[in-house]
Amino acid sequence: MKRTYADLHLCVDFNNYEQVSRAISKAAKLGYQLVAVPFPPRLTESQFQQVQRICEEIKVGLVSRMDLRPRTPEELLIGLRKFRRRFEVIAVLCESKNVARQAAKDRRVDLLNFPQFDFRRRFFDAAEAELASSCLASLEIDVKPLLIMEGAARVRFLSSLRREVAVAKEFRVPIVVSSGASDELLMRKPKDLAALASLFDLDEAFAIEAVSTNPVAIVKKNREKLGPRFVAPGIRVIRRGEDC
Amino acid sequence: MKRVKRRYLALTIDSREAYGSNEFMNAVWAAVSRLYGEYGASRTGLSLIGYNGERKLVILRTVHTTLGMVRTALASITKIEGKPTAVHVLAVSGTLKALHHKIDRA
Repeated sequence: MKRTYADLHLCVDFNNYEQVSRAISKAAKLGYQLVAVPFPPRLTESQFQQVQRICEEIKVGLVSRMDLRPRTPEELLIGLRKFRRRFEVIAVLCESKNVARQAAKDRRVDLLNFPQFDFRRRFFDAAEAELASSCLASLEIDVKPLLIMEGAARVRFLSSLRREVAVAKEFRVPIVVSSGASDELLMRKPKDLAALASLFDLDEAFAIEAVSTNPVAIVKKNREKLGPRFVAPGIRVIRRGEDC
Repeated sequence: MKRVKRRYLALTIDSREAYGSNEFMNAVWAAVSRLYGEYGASRTGLSLIGYNGERKLVILRTVHTTLGMVRTALASITKIEGKPTAVHVLAVSGTLKALHHKIDRA
């Protein structure tokens, strides 16, 4: 069976639909069947439909994603209440330890993301991983900083990623590798992303899962939850009508 | 002595600019050395087999044990001669004949 590859973090500029179209068609050309675009909080229906139309033309699946960047745990809860039912993937950029802990223990959070350029604020430690593993949140790693950083900054970034990956493996937290690219020239083929993941000790099989099985599983689970037949995990409406 | 197995990689250069083979290979060696050091680079046995500047298609040869390293280094290239560039692996094969078949199909 052919593997489905997904890039869950394609950063596009909603003020420039030509760039959106270019980025999505590039993703399709590189072999992705699913792309997630972080939508702005004040998303209008026409904006969403426009992006959806682009994806239909290019024949690539669109996943709606919301990036939350709360300053406090309370702000995170408000954001989750507001957006969880509207978006297929919810990612939280954890800029403080309190937010990171709250995000890891909330089942409504799909992806945990950490500041890319400040390795001191990457709070993915054993405690965070334990919470995340019990609540099915995944660790998202963007490859973009690896490509644009140089020298000592990249060395430090790689060493913190290596530590996080080891912790995630120990606690069986799924890892999702995304491009995080805002420029088409920073996008890579899924197998090239997997190859880059070897830099932080993610072996080939795990890395391929991180660009295919893991992101696709998140999307599948959330689409089912957002669907009209979903009642609770494991319970769904099979048939409606008088003969039931 | 054990026979050295090789792998051939077909690459496409994604850039608005055109480069010569020397500039391209310099960028590849620089990327490999930056990530794996001179010792790692020396193990790859990299060599340029073909370069088509018009089609932006390149064929490289490497030792099969270091294929992963070369692939990672190629993915890490973001600039050649200071100009934004990406290098994508089109196909990998054990023989040049099979590689050309794969390129035709891609």
